[in-house]
Amino acid sequence: MATTVEEHAAGGLQIHPMDQFVVKPLFGHGPIEWYTPTNVTLWMAIAVLCVVALMVLSTRRRAIVPSRGQSVAELFYGFIHKMVEDVAGHEGLKFFPYVMTVFLFIFMSNMLGLIPMSFSTTSHIAVTAVLAMMVFLTVTLVGFYRKGTGFLSMFWVSSAPLILRPILALIELISYFVRPLSHSIRLGGNLMAGHAVIKVFAGFAGAMGVASVVPIAAITAIYGLELLVAAVQAYVFTILTCVYLRDAVGEAHH
Amino acid sequence: MEGDIAEMGKFIGAGLATMGLGGAGIGVGHIAGNFLSGALRNPSAAPGQMANLFVGIAFAEALGIFSFLIALLLMFAV
Amino acid sequence: MATETHGEAEAAAGMPQLDFATWPNQIFWLLVTLVVIYLVLSRIALPRIGAVLADRKSTITNDLAAAEELKQKAVTAEKAYQDALANARTEAAKIVAQAKTAIQKDLDVAIAKADVEISAKAAESEKTIAAIRDGAAAAVSEVARDVAAELVAVLGGGADATAVKAAVTARLKG
Repeated sequence: MATTVEEHAAGGLQIHPMDQFVVKPLFGHGPIEWYTPTNVTLWMAIAVLCVVALMVLSTRRRAIVPSRGQSVAELFYGFIHKMVEDVAGHEGLKFFPYVMTVFLFIFMSNMLGLIPMSFSTTSHIAVTAVLAMMVFLTVTLVGFYRKGTGFLSMFWVSSAPLILRPILALIELISYFVRPLSHSIRLGGNLMAGHAVIKVFAGFAGAMGVASVVPIAAITAIYGLELLVAAVQAYVFTILTCVYLRDAVGEAHH
Repeated sequence: MEGDIAEMGKFIGAGLATMGLGGAGIGVGHIAGNFLSGALRNPSAAPGQMANLFVGIAFAEALGIFSFLIALLLMFAV
Repeated sequence: MATETHGEAEAAAGMPQLDFATWPNQIFWLLVTLVVIYLVLSRIALPRIGAVLADRKSTITNDLAAAEELKQKAVTAEKAYQDALANARTEAAKIVAQAKTAIQKDLDVAIAKADVEISAKAAESEKTIAAIRDGAAAAVSEVARDVAAELVAVLGGGADATAVKAAVTARLKG
């Protein structure tokens, strides 16, 4: 790493683990306006196509005895349906298409992001923040719409001693507003960290000659872990959405 | 020269910030270990608690991810 | 804050995630994507899959109901069979009892008849036996008288028949 100083002067490391996240226009080199088709557009479109292929094309035959694709689609349907019903309650089923949308988008994006040379849209804070803010706003608005000011009783823990309640209310309030932050950072951070680690190891592999078998083996192992993380983070984001929705639509549980 | 010291401070700070990930590791390990010991005591109840396991792990992990974010901010954004 | 970008080369230096110049673009395309997925799911995919699952459930329920019905039928058939068997058995028992009664009656009649015959024959035999006994008794006194007379004659006495007869009769009676 003799060239570190020069590299710093150029504003980066020798290994560029963050290059993979750069948003580029698909055509030309113009500035990125809000409507410019970029690699974000491309990979989101691919995610949409995957969702359509899985949920629409494979269920085209409406078979009583399902084909392989149809049983996967039914598996997802049953899995999310049960999750919404169990966690958010029966009232939460009104939000089932919404939760399903969020889950399928995140799941497909995570999986697509693991294809080498691809671009993982869910590793961007902009994307996850919008997803999390949508959940936050939905929960808040639906909560106030359905329960009125009774929604605020969520912060007033009536089972605690009276003297502790204001303190608990403050803590609950802060944790309520931290929710969208942690909700989005968890997903984006996990994805970003995993991809960056793989990239760093790949940089080692490029620099180590014959000994690069070691980083390549490590990349393989981390790749397996990342597959797990991609699925688990989609699951976690969805189940937390359901947990937050329960506050808005479920019975008071304090 | 001052710029280099500021640079050095950023890297030291980023390194210190990653220590927070150890806390997340301890927390996640705690949850998973306790889940496992509970599941071994009462295996029939374990599948019903998988959702709680993942939610708990997610909450514990989020705080570690925050410190990772701080490290990244120091490295690249400050 | 984020490195202000004037081109991709410099964007690569910092965190692309914090390059706020690209945020409107990402958010716009994200919203488009979500709306498209939401519409596809809520208009086409989810109702279809829900209908398929409901169909399958009702098919299974129907099949189960049919199976239950068939089982019910089998149970009914078995019950009918058992009933028929029981009826036949009772009938058979009745016939057996009837036959037994009839045989018993015949037997009784025959036994009664035989009894009557037997008693008639016994009476007749008794009469015959009595006659024989009487005859034998008379013969015995005759023989005794003759023997006594002979004995007396042999012993040298000239005993008359009347005295001997009286003496023998007295002895036979004694």
